[in-house]
Amino acid sequence: MARVVVDVMLKPEILDPQGQAVANALPRLGVSEVSSVRIGRRIEIEFAGEPDLDTAREIADKLLANPVIEDFSIRVEEPAGDAAQMSA
Amino acid sequence: MTMRIGVVTFPGSLDDGDAARAVRIAGGEAVHLWHGDPNLHGVDAVVLPGGFSYGDALRCGAIARFAPVMETIADAARGGLPVLGICNGFQILCEAHLLPGALTRNQHLHFRNRDQYLRIGGAATAWTNNFADGQEILIPVKNGEGCYVADERTLDELEAEGRVVARYIRGNPNGSQRDIAAITNEAGNVVGIMPHPEHAVEALTGPSLDGLGFFTSALRHLAGTAAGGQLTGGAHR
Repeated sequence: MARVVVDVMLKPEILDPQGQAVANALPRLGVSEVSSVRIGRRIEIEFAGEPDLDTAREIADKLLANPVIEDFSIRVEEPAGDAAQMSA
Repeated sequence: MTMRIGVVTFPGSLDDGDAARAVRIAGGEAVHLWHGDPNLHGVDAVVLPGGFSYGDALRCGAIARFAPVMETIADAARGGLPVLGICNGFQILCEAHLLPGALTRNQHLHFRNRDQYLRIGGAATAWTNNFADGQEILIPVKNGEGCYVADERTLDELEAEGRVVARYIRGNPNGSQRDIAAITNEAGNVVGIMPHPEHAVEALTGPSLDGLGFFTSALRHLAGTAAGGQLTGGAHR
């Protein structure tokens, strides 16, 4: 099983009212040093066999993101075991 | 001959009943179309009604765009079929790339439900030809994701080509850029509108009868194309 992660974010020039609402709430937590919050969406696609980045890109471009207002990035997620070995 | 206007029902459509009723009050025959059936059953025009197609899962209109009926409608719309998208229908038309831009969360993040004044502009479309250019109308608006956005170049193009067919006046309910409430495609057969004309067709339940003009416009447009079609050898489908 291989997992491809797609991150979808509103383009920088598009107003993100949800992120703004969160940023405005931060002073109530006592946080004053944050100047901006933007909220996106993370989608995990699991392939039965090898991860197919081209297919993942097509899924993201046609369905997961609306390219008019959103950017996306895709990456293969390394299994947790490997990541642990790498950092060890 | 009575014109047949199809009204699509998606899972989650709310206003298909009202849209069909508006078609009948305007003098047309309403034909119910089903999202899973790619056949348009010979309708002369199509209304994509308001609601929450596929539960607005993922993004408003994103999944409805791939419904079997929408793929047929998209082809027919490029061929000149009059299509009106109301609210969720507008979102679907943008997702299907039949109209430019996108509808995003209302800037203030609140759902807005109120009667709204609009000014009609560029009144030559299949769905607005019964209005006078500059006419003010009052119809309900009710949405949470009705903020129209597009890049500056697209907005300039829409304005230069007279394709902003309605603007919010006396207040902008959702933060839409340049107060845009409705736009049309280059050919003028596809119109997307965020407020709800189908809820303003009867004195008992609406704030006015102004919404009826959209549906009578379509019937008038179709009567014109039908006559023209016969003269030019059957362009009418």
